[in-house]
Amino acid sequence: MFRNLWKWIIIPLLLVTVGIVIVIYTVNNPTDSLVARVLTYSNVLRALSEHMSLMLVSMFGAILVGGLVGILLSRPELYYLGRGVENIVNIGQTIPSLAILALFYTILGLGFRVAVFALFLYSILPILRNTFAGITSVDTSVIESAKGMGMSPFRILAKIELPIAYPIIIAGIRTAVVINVGAATLATFIGGGGFGDLIVTGLSVRRDMVIFTGAGLAALTAIILDYIIGQVEQRLVRWS
Amino acid sequence: MIRLENVTKKFPGMKAPAVKGLNMEVKEGDVCVLVGPSGCGKTTTMKMINRIHEPTSGAIYINGEDALKMNPIKLRLDIGYVIQEIGLFPHMTIEENVATVPNEKKWPKDKISKKVDEMMTLVGLDPKVYRKRYPSALSGGQRQRVGVARAMVSDPPIMLMDEPFGAVDPITRARLQNEFLRIQERMGKTIVFVTHDIDEAIKMGDTIAVMRDGCLVQHATPSDLLSAPADEFVASLVGRNRSIKRLHLVRIREILQEVDRAKPATVDMPLDELKKRLEDSDIRSVMVVDRDNKLKGIIGVDDLKKKTGEVAADYIQDITESVTSDATLNDALSVMLECGEGYVAIVNEDDQYEGTITLGDLLNVVKEDG
Repeated sequence: MFRNLWKWIIIPLLLVTVGIVIVIYTVNNPTDSLVARVLTYSNVLRALSEHMSLMLVSMFGAILVGGLVGILLSRPELYYLGRGVENIVNIGQTIPSLAILALFYTILGLGFRVAVFALFLYSILPILRNTFAGITSVDTSVIESAKGMGMSPFRILAKIELPIAYPIIIAGIRTAVVINVGAATLATFIGGGGFGDLIVTGLSVRRDMVIFTGAGLAALTAIILDYIIGQVEQRLVRWS
Repeated sequence: MIRLENVTKKFPGMKAPAVKGLNMEVKEGDVCVLVGPSGCGKTTTMKMINRIHEPTSGAIYINGEDALKMNPIKLRLDIGYVIQEIGLFPHMTIEENVATVPNEKKWPKDKISKKVDEMMTLVGLDPKVYRKRYPSALSGGQRQRVGVARAMVSDPPIMLMDEPFGAVDPITRARLQNEFLRIQERMGKTIVFVTHDIDEAIKMGDTIAVMRDGCLVQHATPSDLLSAPADEFVASLVGRNRSIKRLHLVRIREILQEVDRAKPATVDMPLDELKKRLEDSDIRSVMVVDRDNKLKGIIGVDDLKKKTGEVAADYIQDITESVTSDATLNDALSVMLECGEGYVAIVNEDDQYEGTITLGDLLNVVKEDG
């Protein structure tokens, strides 16, 4: 009981408190008037809400599309396609995130939506790859015995394949979230907002405190999300 | 019960069919063992019965009904299925694994729970201990038991078993085989059993179907197969030492009655009486039991010289191995050879003494049959 409270409430709250303390400290102790103008509560909150929207919207879409496509490709009828798609995905993953954003800027222009779309595409990759790899790595004997006992293909997917693949699928989501939060700081270059605004502003006015606040909050967001997903994984996978 | 008519299976991309025009019938309550070298089509044949593989041509009837026209999901729900790799679901507890088919059949919860308990007890796994464990926490033999329990839980009239005892050590295998035969005696299921081990086939089968290159070579009872192999291939498969293989066919309890041997001594038996017992014994030793007839040990003639004491308990030596009376004579023989003794003590499941079998007794059986 206490361990659950500790894992699910206290540790995340502690991490969030660290963020709040950073914000309160920097807003109330600006090194000069320029910093004071940039680091206001409303500016930081706006950056936070933009950053979270970028991340949440793009991740939601990525999990939905990446998961579904991964599942579809793992079906025996499409398996031959899956291997090919896996290779394309691996190549896609090597393109730097900044280049992806720049690429979409040239095609679709500036703005929050373009940034979301670019992040969405970039986050699909690890989720799709891990979903496909997780399901196809399930032992064939396990599937065969399920089939032999009279489970329908859909039941086998829902009750056997997906639960066994959870650790790998969730690892994919975890990777995607961390990459996503990091890459979202670059959204500022195409007018997507987020903590990147603070960092870039800090760089252009040469105020370390502003850079530190933006970078620190972005990193903290990634740490918190990574921690929570890790806990969800432990919850779902008690058997290994 | 199960009838295969002219069944052929050709896998795409393969030149020769895996199974060619097979005709076979398995009677209700029989264990039919499919045996043959790897690649002979025995597993394919078995897997066509529950349509894991669809036959290319031919017909399969189950209780007179055309299996190929039935809904495959429904068909499989009523056929127990155990494969060599067992295929337990690693993310489910033993309880959930065993409850798979009842869950698919949507039984009420309390009925499932009761049946799971019953099946786990039947295969010798204490539900209190193992219910909530995951397969990764079980030994190979225990997993096999769970596999069998899972296949039998909804009481299917037919079971398909593909080398179910293939992945365990020989001693565990013999024990599982004996337990399985004991369960089968009570359940009377129709079983198609695949193995490449002719000894296992002789031991387990009511009938044995020998296959080679996708064809059925001979389908006969074990003793017919041993005495009249259809051709060279079957003869080489059953091997030269056929009389030894006969030992697989006889259970110890079948000959235990005929054996006339000195009664066991009790732990509190005085020395004089003990000496008399030893003189009566044809193996220069007597088994020792306690008041509940539980086997305690053995006393040999030499032990009397080595030690001193008033009662039998002072001379007692431990017994390393004993066998149960539902084991085969072959099991008894291997224990004798392992221990380097010419006899073995027979006990029941509660370790109570039932008798002693000697090498001579085994020879007599082989001679009579030969």
